[in-house]
Amino acid sequence: MSHNDRRGFLAATAGLGMVALAPGVHLMQVAQAQTKRAAGEPASRLQRWGMLIDTTKCAAGCDACVKACAAENGINETVADPRQASQWIRKIDIKDPKNGRQHSLPMMCQHCAEPPCVDVCPTGASMKRADGIVLVDRHICIGCRYCMMACPYKARSFVHQPLTRQNPEVPRGIGCVESCTLCVHRVDKGLKPACVEACPEQAMLFGDLEDPNSEIARRIASVATAQVRADLKLDTGVRYQGI
Amino acid sequence: MSLVPYSRAEERLFYVLAAVGALVVTIGLAAALHMEHSGHVVTGMTNQVVWGMPHVFAIFLIVAASGVLNVASIGSVFGKTVYKKRAPLSALLCIAMLAGGLAVIMLDLGRADRLVVAMTHFNPSSVFGWNVILYPGMFGIAAVYIWTMMERRMNPWSKPAGFAAFIWRLILTTGTGSIFGFLVARQAYQSAILAPMFIIMSFAWGLAVFLIVQAAMFRWNRMTLHPAVQKRMKNLLGLFLAATLYFVAVYHLTNLYFARQMDFEKFLLVDSEFAPLFWIGQVLIGGFVPLLLLYLPSLSMRCSSLIAAALLIVVGAFFTLYVFIIGGQAYPLELFPGMIVSSSFHDGQVEHYAPRLPEILLGLGGVGIAFLMTTIGVRVLKFLPEDDLAHLDQAAIHQGD
Repeated sequence: MSHNDRRGFLAATAGLGMVALAPGVHLMQVAQAQTKRAAGEPASRLQRWGMLIDTTKCAAGCDACVKACAAENGINETVADPRQASQWIRKIDIKDPKNGRQHSLPMMCQHCAEPPCVDVCPTGASMKRADGIVLVDRHICIGCRYCMMACPYKARSFVHQPLTRQNPEVPRGIGCVESCTLCVHRVDKGLKPACVEACPEQAMLFGDLEDPNSEIARRIASVATAQVRADLKLDTGVRYQGI
Repeated sequence: MSLVPYSRAEERLFYVLAAVGALVVTIGLAAALHMEHSGHVVTGMTNQVVWGMPHVFAIFLIVAASGVLNVASIGSVFGKTVYKKRAPLSALLCIAMLAGGLAVIMLDLGRADRLVVAMTHFNPSSVFGWNVILYPGMFGIAAVYIWTMMERRMNPWSKPAGFAAFIWRLILTTGTGSIFGFLVARQAYQSAILAPMFIIMSFAWGLAVFLIVQAAMFRWNRMTLHPAVQKRMKNLLGLFLAATLYFVAVYHLTNLYFARQMDFEKFLLVDSEFAPLFWIGQVLIGGFVPLLLLYLPSLSMRCSSLIAAALLIVVGAFFTLYVFIIGGQAYPLELFPGMIVSSSFHDGQVEHYAPRLPEILLGLGGVGIAFLMTTIGVRVLKFLPEDDLAHLDQAAIHQGD
């Protein structure tokens, strides 16, 4: 075997090896990220975390998700003017004036694939993580509130006053903009967001939209679901059933 | 360059004016410090009306700053001698108002201490991000432009510098209008017409500010504006104002044509607290009354009419921006079009914004910065427009004026 032939053979063997191993590596990455993400390991592009909310199960007077969010994320401050208070998740009651049909649903950051807040942020503090979670980097948010002007869902809040008694895992601060993080600190530990876990009707389903075998992906493939303001084509990560 | 000799009384007046300006700036800075220390909880801004009075003041100053430079552009770019004499003052006012507007925007930030972050982290897809380049660039270009006009050796460069300033200011106001034009979420904005509308508004507001400052300087120096110059500037102001009204009409008529925008237009023009501000403040005080002052034969040739019109245009500019910025946010976001919605976060409800003292004082502080810089500038350097009166008389005779 000549020198060149040997080199060609080695390259071909290595190539075949890579082809054989790649699906396994891919599956391992997916499996690991679905459970717990090790410290220092980057979020994976192979996933997209999302939520499916079944509004037919969501009761009008129930705010268990709102309370769980506040407890988990340390949103416990008293603000004199409620319009200046932070609300990462809220319940919206909807009524169709034509036929009187009513329903209730939780509204929060929709974790868009094309988030307007990320586009407009002058410093890049508003960002989308590789796995689709839209976050605010509190270190470089300058508090200009342009993202709040841009968000079609009124999902963001501005911290209007100094804060105390914070959850160490969820740093918040005066003068910065904040919104639902999809409980990223829990998701990275392999847990579900607090609101999903607290829902007494199991109306909120959390999972990987990119994994065709996940429950959320199977449900979205089998029942009619909708995105709020789908006309804007933001490709939201939070979907609703029954609206 | 030596100082222009002033009488003792004039010298005293300068110091009084400078002291008044400094006091307003100090009060504005104190208000900003209070907001920084206590948080925006001391303001009337909320999670629905996120931009308030500071933005009304800041955007007025920034838009008028780019517009006021137009006076210089007409001289340098289009070669009109009358305007060339006014170019240095025009560039000074541009720098002063831009400084005032930027100071207000920066001091209103939730984290004003992160100015360095704003300068070092750049998101190219953000219109705000572009402005981080456009605004300091405008300072630089206007400063170089003044230098080329005032330093005799640099005079040959004043035309290219003026041209650069003209182009830059058009881009800058496009950027300011696009801050709103690129917002997909809200009914009031997301329109390509906003960029040219802001440009034409800047022409009118900038020229109005220029005329007010020029009148004050002329009075101080016991000079009168030559009728030929007054007529030209009056006609130009009238043209800009008419064009502004045209753009406002087109913006609202376009919205009225779209069924999905009808509710918003009804809210803004008929049903809300913004309706009288629009019709009386923006359209009447800021539009039709100045037009009458500028074009009614019995009034139009009086210098006082021109200045009154300019003052009303500035007042109308504040109404315009208040209706546009606050009214646009007060109208609820339509998450579920056609549905009746309610929530603990005021979904589906019209927001009532009540500005509080700190944010108003901060805005006034920006005006104070512009005033102080202008007062010192015109005292230290030669910015007074001095017309060649003999030449103007000659030209007036030839034109049969």
